[in-house]
Amino acid sequence: MRAGIVVFPGTNRERDMALALARTTGRKPQMLWHGDAALPAGLDLVVLPGGFSYGDYLRCGAMAAHSPVMRAVRDFAARGGYVLGVCNGFQILCEAGMLPGALLRNASLRFLSMDCHMRVERTDTPFTNRFQRGAVFRATMAHGDGNYFADDATLDRLEGEGLVALRYATPAGEVTPAANRNGAARNIAGILSPDLRVLGLMPHPENQVDPAIDGTDGLPLFESLAESFAAAA
Amino acid sequence: MTDQPIPLAPERAAQLAAEFGLKPDEYERVLAILGRVPSLTELGVFSVMWSEHCSYKSSRVWLRELPTKAPWVIQGPGENAGVIDIGEGLAAVFKMESHNHPSFIEPYQGAATGVGGILRDVFTMGARPVANLNALRFGAPDAPRMRQIIDGVVRGIGGYGNCVGVPTVGGEVNFHPAYNGNPLVNAMTVGIARADRIFYARATGVGNPVVYVGSKTGRDGIHGATMASAEFSTDAEEKRPTVQIGDPFAEKLLIEACLELMETDAIVAIQDMGAAGLTSSSVEMAGKGGMGIELSLDTVPQRESGMTAYEMMLSESQERMLMILKPGREAVAEAIFRKWELDFAVIGRLTDTGRIVVRRKGQVEADIPLAPLESEAPLYRRPVAETPKLPVLDPASVPDPAGIAAALQRLVACPDLCSRRWIWDQYDSMVGGQTAKRPGAADAAVVRIEDHRRALALTTDSTPRYCAADPEEGGKQAVAEAWRNITAVGATPLALTDNMNFGNPEKPEIMGQFAAAVRGMAAACTALDFPVVSGNVSLYNETEGRAILPTPAIGGVGVLEDVAQAVGLALPPGCDLVLIGETHGWLGQSLWLREITGREEGPPPPVDLVTERRNGDFVRACIRKGGVRACHDVSDGGLLVALAEMAMASGLGAALAPSPTDLPPHAYWFGEDQGRYLLAVAEAAPLLEAARAAGVPALRLGRSGGEALVLPEGEAISIASLRAAHEATLPALMEGV
Repeated sequence: MRAGIVVFPGTNRERDMALALARTTGRKPQMLWHGDAALPAGLDLVVLPGGFSYGDYLRCGAMAAHSPVMRAVRDFAARGGYVLGVCNGFQILCEAGMLPGALLRNASLRFLSMDCHMRVERTDTPFTNRFQRGAVFRATMAHGDGNYFADDATLDRLEGEGLVALRYATPAGEVTPAANRNGAARNIAGILSPDLRVLGLMPHPENQVDPAIDGTDGLPLFESLAESFAAAA
Repeated sequence: MTDQPIPLAPERAAQLAAEFGLKPDEYERVLAILGRVPSLTELGVFSVMWSEHCSYKSSRVWLRELPTKAPWVIQGPGENAGVIDIGEGLAAVFKMESHNHPSFIEPYQGAATGVGGILRDVFTMGARPVANLNALRFGAPDAPRMRQIIDGVVRGIGGYGNCVGVPTVGGEVNFHPAYNGNPLVNAMTVGIARADRIFYARATGVGNPVVYVGSKTGRDGIHGATMASAEFSTDAEEKRPTVQIGDPFAEKLLIEACLELMETDAIVAIQDMGAAGLTSSSVEMAGKGGMGIELSLDTVPQRESGMTAYEMMLSESQERMLMILKPGREAVAEAIFRKWELDFAVIGRLTDTGRIVVRRKGQVEADIPLAPLESEAPLYRRPVAETPKLPVLDPASVPDPAGIAAALQRLVACPDLCSRRWIWDQYDSMVGGQTAKRPGAADAAVVRIEDHRRALALTTDSTPRYCAADPEEGGKQAVAEAWRNITAVGATPLALTDNMNFGNPEKPEIMGQFAAAVRGMAAACTALDFPVVSGNVSLYNETEGRAILPTPAIGGVGVLEDVAQAVGLALPPGCDLVLIGETHGWLGQSLWLREITGREEGPPPPVDLVTERRNGDFVRACIRKGGVRACHDVSDGGLLVALAEMAMASGLGAALAPSPTDLPPHAYWFGEDQGRYLLAVAEAAPLLEAARAAGVPALRLGRSGGEALVLPEGEAISIASLRAAHEATLPALMEGV
């Protein structure tokens, strides 16, 4: 699998993501610059990583969504390329209209840095095929604006079409208000595009890929991607 | 327009000198050095360079006593940060710095810019910052404005650190009424560089360009260093314009741009514009290299129009760096900074005159010899009054009014011992993907070095109530505790940075505290092979004449050859608990004495440095051998609190063996004797045998299991109820702020 990671001014989890991808694919991902209007040829996956693009001084992700590279990312997705947006990357995908809804301030109005657990809502996607159905995995969350919001019609459509990929849950897999620290609508932690090729999520599975650091709960997500492309190749 | 600065009217100059904090004799020295009355800009430059904050004029004579050398020290005090060799061609670059005064005036920005400033001190030396820590002291939780100060400081530290993407991995917090009018915010950054690629501030090469990069200069923070060198009165609010405003986004770009430029060979010298901004960076760089420097301020990137030379030289606008480049490398450097959308301007050149000459719109605004500003700044050996020694408190003379279980329940919930989760939940501790032990997981934070197995162990420590009662023992204890915390994760302590927070040095009893604390620290540093490689001094921490507790905060750095060796503090199931070190039931200055009986009395527990070293070296060797499943040092609150902390971290209890001593139970369980560790191992016997062979006191305390700490008399203290009390304090305090 050939992956590229977009670096915007203020991106700060690109190194974490590169470690996770290198570990699972055996190949170092390429760093892509926000000002470039074209993507290198031959990419399978583009990742929009976490951070504070443009300082998040406007709405989170709003400035980055209008960078030259995002036009290329949108074309890439339209041609069937895979796109993963994590944290600030998820915010950018929403601001760019590639996923519906928006990420609001956390309900507590505070930055939240802690472990969360997510229940995998479907396992027949390129991002989740290595998880068991209903599996729960732990990941770091670290954001001030992760409170997923969309109108009821959109939420119903997402649910109806099976596009909710991940929900905040207890370690036992119960979807409860207490497990939903940022106040996201219907405990939504991550959503998919209708063609299942774009995933946005708030937590950071890239921080749980190494037994020497903080366990390997996040590994299946990256292994899923690696396997999807190995199978396709 | 002339080539001579325009002197102020003599009376006006004398009056302004006093307003800028220069003492009459210091102003006389200015007149003698210049041979004339200074211009406004010159007076501003002298006053900030000779401020306590920049010159260390009251502390330098004492700081010289601190040991600063070891075979692994690459750079000791005197540069932007300390540098040590950590093996495999790598260096750790680190320093701690205070932002106390600004954080009281404007908590969010004060704390945020404290983080920004210390980050720059580290990446200016060529290191990528990999960890932030902090040491915070707040007033009594119910003191006026205190909740807002706590909230602002925590948000400020998080707001800056989270955005720049450097994990905040550790720290410490104390509460005491002595900080009601003067909280302390000490921030530490640790970076990693190649040991053969360290960048220094020493400017060389006549004619080399002086280059300004980063954010634009505005009128913020003018005279910040002067403000930080004075006591507060009731006018603290009026000093808000002296506080700087942080822009972590600009800092992130600056980190990446500087590190990218450092991959080339374009840089001769580099320094951040911190306190006293353009003045201190230009004076110090040129002074260290024995050069002269000419600045033309017209090309300085400016945020506002009509700024004067005085304003530009004294501005403390953030996220700016000054560099000396090799001739002809301007274009290479400029391309990198433009790519990162940062300002870049050549604003002067090096000379061989030994003077700083500042021009604005064709007019020379300052022309000053450098040596008196920097290396020959005033130096004071101020009068010292030793803190009187206190009589030892006999544990038998202190009755127990509460009982062991009730006291434990109260202690784990008291402000100095309660869970810090509310704070660390607001700091991104994981960004970078290398944090192996995050806040709460172990006695020291453990951060692996990218592409290596090697890891750093990091901690900040000080026990101000000990320092107040006996500054020398307190200074010793602060160093020993940092060394102990690094040891408790299995790492080798290598070096430390200190942040000396004290009151008004013009008072002999304050200077006495300072001198004694340094003496104690020096003894511990020597005995533990734990030198000081960088530091910062913050004096005048007083409001309306009331000083803070003497607070020498220690930031310790150690190394583990393999991150997998690191042990945490959470109590595992089915383990024997073994106490290393001796228990004498020392209640003087203990938290039990303060929280349960309301007394702050007696001398602090003494630190026997020989025992400290022996016990610590033994514990570290045991961890390295393998088999130690958890380790925690015994500190604030004593033995039972340390046990409770291990138990709360995992949710598992333990059955405890009877005390082998004839001490009163409260002295046995809550005394704060030093040099002790709690180890969890599968079976105690081999460890006890090894300890006996090494001449180290060791005692089997009990075995883990169940859901309660069961005291020898059979009373069970539920871990769930301890946890609930432990976790409730800060959220309840901060509710609705």
